[in-house]
Amino acid sequence: MKQYETVIGLEVHVELATKTKIFCGCSTEFGGAPNTHTCPVCTGMPGSLPVLNRQVVEFALKAGIAANCRINQYCRFDRKNYFYPDNPQNYQISQLYLPICQDGWVEIETSAGKKKIRIHEMHMEEDAGKLIHDEWEDCSLVDYNRSGVPLIEIVSEPDMRSAEEVIAYLEKLRCMMQYLGVSDCKLQEGSMRADVNLSVREVGSETFGTRTEMKNLNSFKAIARAIDGERERQIELLEMGRAVVQETRRWDDNKESSHAMRSKEDAKDYRYFPDPDLLPVHISDEWIARLKASQPELREEKQQRYQEEYGLSAYDAGLLTESRILSEKYEETADLCGNPKKAANWFMVEVLRLMKDRGLEPEQVTFTPGHLADLIQMVERKEVSAQNAKKVFEKVFEEDIDPVSYIEEHGLKIVEDTGLLEETLQKILEENPGPLQELLGGKEKVFGFFVGKMMKELKGKASPDAVREALTKEIEKRK
Amino acid sequence: MAKIIDDETIENVCILAKLALTEEEKEKAKADMQKMLDYVDKLDELDTEAVEPLTHIFGSDNVFRDDVVTNGDCRKEMLANAPKAREWQYQVPKTIG
Repeated sequence: MKQYETVIGLEVHVELATKTKIFCGCSTEFGGAPNTHTCPVCTGMPGSLPVLNRQVVEFALKAGIAANCRINQYCRFDRKNYFYPDNPQNYQISQLYLPICQDGWVEIETSAGKKKIRIHEMHMEEDAGKLIHDEWEDCSLVDYNRSGVPLIEIVSEPDMRSAEEVIAYLEKLRCMMQYLGVSDCKLQEGSMRADVNLSVREVGSETFGTRTEMKNLNSFKAIARAIDGERERQIELLEMGRAVVQETRRWDDNKESSHAMRSKEDAKDYRYFPDPDLLPVHISDEWIARLKASQPELREEKQQRYQEEYGLSAYDAGLLTESRILSEKYEETADLCGNPKKAANWFMVEVLRLMKDRGLEPEQVTFTPGHLADLIQMVERKEVSAQNAKKVFEKVFEEDIDPVSYIEEHGLKIVEDTGLLEETLQKILEENPGPLQELLGGKEKVFGFFVGKMMKELKGKASPDAVREALTKEIEKRK
Repeated sequence: MAKIIDDETIENVCILAKLALTEEEKEKAKADMQKMLDYVDKLDELDTEAVEPLTHIFGSDNVFRDDVVTNGDCRKEMLANAPKAREWQYQVPKTIG
C-alpha cells in the first residue's frame, strides 16, 4: 500500500467573554431561560440597528497580538447570506474582505518536538441561535439567547499532520485565550468549537488532495477519533480508485462515524457584501500600543520565570501553569509561605488530587492561598504532622477554614515539650510488659512496635522523630 | 457584454433565495434580471480607474458601545412578533441539522 500523509487545517470558533452581545446590550450569560436575552437587534427585526461592542474589538486584538498576527488597522464587517432558522436576519454579520487579524502563528509542542502552526486570519462575527428539534411535534423550536454572542473565528493554514498536532494546537489556543481572559473556552458549553478540514496525499506529494470539512466536534477525544476515522475513509476511497468529494461532514461521536451534511455544489454561495449598517473600524497605533503594553504574562513566560525564580523543573513549571487561575493561586501561596518548592508539591499532589476526586475545574477552587501558606509553615516548624496537615488541607480546600485556629481547636498541634509525650510513653510501656522485656533484652525489632503504638495514641501530636528520641532515652535509662 | 441570464442561473437564484417560481414567473424574473445586468453594463462604461471603492457613504468610523447590559427580559414582546411560538420559543417548520 502507498504511504499517505494527512493534511489538516482548523477553523476554531471562540466565544468571547464579554458581558453583552456583539451588537446589542443583551446579556451573554450561559443557560438563561429561552429568549430571555433577546431584543430587536439580535432577533433581526426590520429597522433595528447594530452597534459594535468595543470590548469585542479589544479581545480580538489581544488574541491577534498574542498569536503574532498583523493587525488590519482598517477593518470592516460583511454580511454572509444564508437561510436557516438559527439565523434570524437571514445573514450572519462576519468579516470576509478585511478581517481584523491576519498572518500569525503559534508554536506547539508534541512528542516530535516544537513546530509553528501558521494562522491565516482571525475575524470577528456573531453566533447563531440554538435549534431544538422536536421529534414528537414534527417542528423545531428556536432560542435566540446565543444569537449575537461575539465570536472570533481563528483560521489556521493547513499545517497540521496528525491528531496529536491538532490537539496540541487546540490546547495552545485554549490556554492562550484563558490567560488573556478573552474566553473560557469550554468545549462542552460550546464556547470553543472546532471544524476540521482534512485531506490526504501520498507522502512526498507537493499538491493537496481534495479536502472535507468536519463539524460537530465537541471534545478533544471526539476530534482525535474523527481525524483518524476520516483519514481512513479517504485513504480507502483513494485505494479503491475513487475520488474524495469536497463536502461538509457531520461527526457522530456515538456511532464513531461521519456522514455528509451538504455538498459544496449544493448552491453554497454566501453572496458576501459589506454591511452598510456598521461603520468601518479604524484601529490606531496608540490603541495597539496600549493593548500590547497591557498584555498579561502568558504561559511560556510564566513557565520560564518559575524555573528561574522558584527553581522548579520544567515539568513542574509546565504543570503549574496549565491553568492561569491555578497558577495565580500557586504564586500567592509560594510568596506568602516563602517556600516555592514546598508550595509546588502541595499544588501538584494535594490540590490536583482533590480537584480530580471532586471533578472540579480551576475556577471552582476557592480556598485562600494564605491558608495553605500558613499550613505549609506550620509543617515546616514541625507544629503539625505531615499526615494531619493533609487532613486539615482537605478542610481548607473544601470550606476554606483557617488552619491555625482549626489545628489549635482540634488538638492537632504537636506538643513535644509538654508532659503528654512522657505520659503516653510511660503508659504504653506499662501496658506492654512483654515486648518491653524483649526490647530491654536487645531485640531491636520491637522498637518499631512501640513507635507505632505511640504515634497511634498521640494521633500525630508528636513527630515520629520526637517519639523515637524519647523512647531511646527511656530504654537507655531502664537498661 | 453582460452575462445572459439563462435557465440554470434562474434555478440557482431560486435555490439561494428559497423561492418556488412557476415557469411564467421564471420567464418574467429572467427578463427583469437581464435588465438589471444591462444597467450594470451601462455603469461599467464609466472610467473608475482613479476612484476608490466606496462601501459607506458616511465619513465617520469607530462607533462603539460600552460592554454594559442594557436590555432585560422582554421575551413576551419579542415573541409577539412570531407567527408561531411554544414554550417561550419560536416554532418553525422542522429543520434537520
